[in-house]
This record gives sequence, C-alpha cells and structure tokens, in this order.
Amino acid sequence: MIEIKDLHKSYQMGSNSLHVLKGINFSVEPGELVAIMGSSGSGKSTLLNILGMLDEANSGTYTLDSVPIVDLNETKAAEYRNKFLGFIFQSFNLINYKSAVENVALPLYYQGKSRKDRNAIALEYLDRVGLKPWANHLPSELSGGQKQRVAIARAMAANPKVLLADEPTGALDSKTSYEVMDLIQKINDEGNTILVVTHEEDIAHMCKRIVYLKDGVIVEDKKVDQVRASQYV
Amino acid sequence: MFSRDTWKEIFDTIRKNKLRTFLTGFTMALGIFIVVILVGFTNGLQNTFEKFFGDDATNTLFIFPGRTSMPYKGYTSNRRIQFDNSDLEDIEETFAMFIDYITPRITRSSLVNYKGESNNYTNRGVAPAHQFSEKTIIMKGRFLNENDISIRAKYAVIGRLVAKDLFKDEEPIGKFIIMGDIAFKVIGVFQDDGGDNEERLIYIPYTTRQLIEKGNDKIAEIVVGFNPSIGYAGAMALEKNITKLLKEKKYIAREDRSGIFIRNIADELKQNQQFAQVLGFIALFFAIGTIVAGIIGVSNIMIFVVKERTKEIGIRKALGASPRVVISTILLEATTITILSGFSGMFAGVIILQNLGGKLEDYFITNPYIDLGFALGATLILIIFGSIAGYIPAKRAARIKPIVALRDE
Repeated sequence: MIEIKDLHKSYQMGSNSLHVLKGINFSVEPGELVAIMGSSGSGKSTLLNILGMLDEANSGTYTLDSVPIVDLNETKAAEYRNKFLGFIFQSFNLINYKSAVENVALPLYYQGKSRKDRNAIALEYLDRVGLKPWANHLPSELSGGQKQRVAIARAMAANPKVLLADEPTGALDSKTSYEVMDLIQKINDEGNTILVVTHEEDIAHMCKRIVYLKDGVIVEDKKVDQVRASQYV
Repeated sequence: MFSRDTWKEIFDTIRKNKLRTFLTGFTMALGIFIVVILVGFTNGLQNTFEKFFGDDATNTLFIFPGRTSMPYKGYTSNRRIQFDNSDLEDIEETFAMFIDYITPRITRSSLVNYKGESNNYTNRGVAPAHQFSEKTIIMKGRFLNENDISIRAKYAVIGRLVAKDLFKDEEPIGKFIIMGDIAFKVIGVFQDDGGDNEERLIYIPYTTRQLIEKGNDKIAEIVVGFNPSIGYAGAMALEKNITKLLKEKKYIAREDRSGIFIRNIADELKQNQQFAQVLGFIALFFAIGTIVAGIIGVSNIMIFVVKERTKEIGIRKALGASPRVVISTILLEATTITILSGFSGMFAGVIILQNLGGKLEDYFITNPYIDLGFALGATLILIIFGSIAGYIPAKRAARIKPIVALRDE
C-alpha cells in the first residue's frame, strides 16, 4: 500500500540546515495498523506529513497504492489527498461554523458528490462513530472525544486508501483516548489501513506494529500483540 | 464552478459567519453610501448656486446712473446723472440690431391696501419687455402691454405672495388696490423662481409712475436685453458702446468711472460658470478621494477576512480542495457580499438624496442628486477593487502549504 525508499527531509532554518529525516525505508501492507513512535524531534510528524502530501521530501521515492507520488503541484496533491487519504489531527481541525454532518460531508463536496448523496453518506459515517444524534451540532457544542469521532468520520467519509492520524489522542484524557482507539481498531478490523503517530506507549501497543523513530532514522520496526482498547472502555 | 451547490455552500458560509459578513458588507455599504451622499450634496450645492443666478435672463445689461467724479465740459464734478425717456429711445435706435428688448425700471415702495388688509410693497414702473428680463411667469390675467404704457393705465400686475397676503382666497383679477392713495386695477398675478422677495413685487406701467410723479419723464435704471447670438464678446462690446453713447450724451468724461454703471449679467454668468466649474472639480476630487478611501477600507477588511481563514483553508486543502477551488470560493463569497452590500449602500444613499429635496436649502443644498451612472460606476469600481484586494491574499493563502496553514491559530 505504502512504499518508501531512502527518504530525506531537511528544513532550512536561516543559515542552518536541520536534517530531520535521514533515509527512511518503510512499507505498509493493506489492512495494517501501524504506530509511529518517537520522542519529539524524532521526525515522526514530518514523516506523516510527507505521507499525507502535506509536505514534500527532498529526496527518495514514495509510492502510494502503486501511484508514484512525485513532482506534485498543489492541485494534483489536493486531488490525491482527496482520493487516497483521510486525516485525523490532534487538534481535530473541524471547521467551527459547520455542523458535525457538514464537516463530515466536506471531503465529499470536493469529490463533486451531490448535496443529497453527501448528507446521506455523512450521516451514515456519523452513525458509525455513534454521533448520529449530534449531526446538527456545531463543534463548539461537542466534547473533545466527540469532536475527534466527527474528525474520524470525516476522514472515513471519502473512503480513503489510508487513514493518517497525527497524535489522535494527544488532546484527550485517557478514558476518551481509549474510546477513540477502540473506534480506530474497529475501523482497522474492517480492513482499512491506518497509520498512527503517537508518543504514548499504551496507545502504540493498541496497534499491530510499532515503528520507532529516533533522530530521523528507524531504529526498530516490530510486530506486536494488539491490546484491545475495548477492555478499558 | 457556478453550480447551484457552490452557491449553496457560499450562502451557507455567509450566513454562518455573521460578524465577518457584517464587517465586510458594512465597510462596503458605508463606503459607497458616503460617496453617493457626498457627490449628491456637492451637486445640491451647485443647484443652489445656479438657482441664485439662474432666475433672471442672462442676456441682460442693467444700466444705472451715478454721480460724476470729475469736471467735464464746464460741468462740475459730483453731478447727479439722471436718465429720461429719450435715453431709452436713443439706445433702442442706435443698437437696434443687437437689442432684443429694452425697458426702464423705476422702483418705489408704498403702502398697499385692499379691504382693510394693508402692507408695504415694492413696486416697479416698467415696460412690457420687463417680463422677459425677469422671467416673470403669469399665473392669472396678463402682464402689462404697450397700450397700457401709452394710455398710462392705472393697472397693476401683482406677485403671487401679494395676492396671497391681500386677497386671501379671493379672486384678485379686476379688483382695485389702493397704492399710495391711488387706485390700481389688478390685471394679472405672476410668480417668479427668484424667491419670496421677487413674488412680493408689483409691476405698473412706467408711464403711469411718471404721471403720478408730476408728469416727468425720468427713469431710474434701464434694462437692456441683447440678442443672445452676439455672444459674450458682442455683449462686452455692446456694454462698451452703450457706455460711450450715454457718456457723450450726458457730458461725462470718458475716463470717469462713476458716471454710469453697467451690470452685465453675461459677464457675471461667465464668472459664475467658472466658479461652478471649480465647485465641480472640488466635487470630483471629493468623490475620487472617497472612492479611494472606500477601496482602502474594503481591501483592508478583505485581507483581514482571508487572514482569519488561513486555518480553514488549510483544513479544506487537507480534505482535497485544490487551490483554484479555494480561491474561487473565497472570492465568490467576498464578491457576493460586496455586490449585495455595495448596491444596498448605493440605493440607501440615492433614496436619502431623493427624499431630502429642499430640506437642506438653509445649508445651500438644493435638490441633491447623483447621476445614476456615476453611482453605479463608483459601486462597480469598489466591487472590482474589493475583489482584487480579496484575490491577492486568497491566492497567497491557497499557496501556503496546508501543513503551515493548519498550524495557524
């Protein structure tokens, strides 16, 4: 599903160059639930941003669902993001003046689906994250966990190949975190490929595979026995 | 891009961001409103100006006698000059080709009575042609005619306000008023655009006035209406030649500036037109200034609005919005607001101007108005510049990497 070879990324900070990713080789099979772990500054968010086409690598190759991601202009990147990827952010990033169902329907709007279809699909996904009764509420009227579930529904709505979650539980208390992880696990059980960036060990162990990043290189890549989040909920 | 869905999305956003919509719309509406009102007021000022000078015919010379200021041909200085009927005939004969009409004017003031109502009014002894020089409009009856002059009829043509004061609702035509102990038959009622004072006048034949004053033939001033086709230069030459004729006839030194005075309306008109032109330039300057201020205001609010939406743009891009879609959505939204509010501001201004009419006449603003084409043009300019001002930051925002935009708080 994802194939990365010798990926390098550095940031220009004034006269200094900060080498963040120093040759990453990494692949993900369909249906995997991968945690990318590392302390802050290890480059894990940068890696996720490159995977999400939100940022560009300096060198190396990146293939997503057999499509080489290279020389992207903004328009092409937007199209690929819409077609291939679903994002889940730490700070939810819901549009605050749109209701839950409208937020979920937004990626479908950019796919050119009709209003009727969009709302039907959005409601269906809201139902799947258990928020159908809150469909017409604004984000400001929802709790943190509910917001993240709306964001997950939004990421799922466009039926992407890969879900990318950047610290999805970073802004949540542990109980809510487990609820969100339970949802992510269930989505994964249905066969969706998911990448989760986290610095929390317990969250990482709720995935099926952990990739440890340190100072811009992968230091460990191991399969783990998945801890089901449902037991904590 | 212009599908029904896009519009739904745009109106949805407009409706749900009331403060932003209000700020943008208010700036726009206020800008264009001020342009309309300001230009309207300046036009009203010009109207007042034209009204001041526009109620009399412009092809007119007023000739007044004065006192000499230097001795000439055996006469001492400080001699009073007096016109008489022969001067009228001389001017008429000498300049027949250039003159449309000529009329004397003898102004007096006297107490006027009708059935116990009385008041002091100014009366003027004039010839029939006087009707043209003052643009007197007859409402009822008729003005004086040549026959009235030759038979020295005791006829009076009274102003609208005189009729209102003395006769109330009674029909004045055919009634007799007592003016300075002499009965005059009212043969006409007139109105005049020159204001209330002009409508409190009474016109009588100048020959009747001379008869009353011991049968003399003295004339106080002479009004000459020249043929408009002689133009400005012709009018100036006529003025010079009439002065020359009268100075020779009355034994006034050629260099004496105070023997005879001529007020040339054509000359005044030219000065007034120049003044009006300057006023027009000032108006234009104000209008352009206000439009520029409006553009700056609208541009500022646009930049602010787009800046405020940076994070939203990032989210939309992460969800698959292409830069083109982002820009067009923001721009359509902004343009929709500016068009709607721009035109409502414009119409509010136009409606207010129309309802003002004469209410600000005390402040020298009469019937303020704005040329609709000008108002529409100014509104369009503001909308276009508002869009450009929105486009530049929108384009920049759409080019920001979503990862940077998302970090914006």
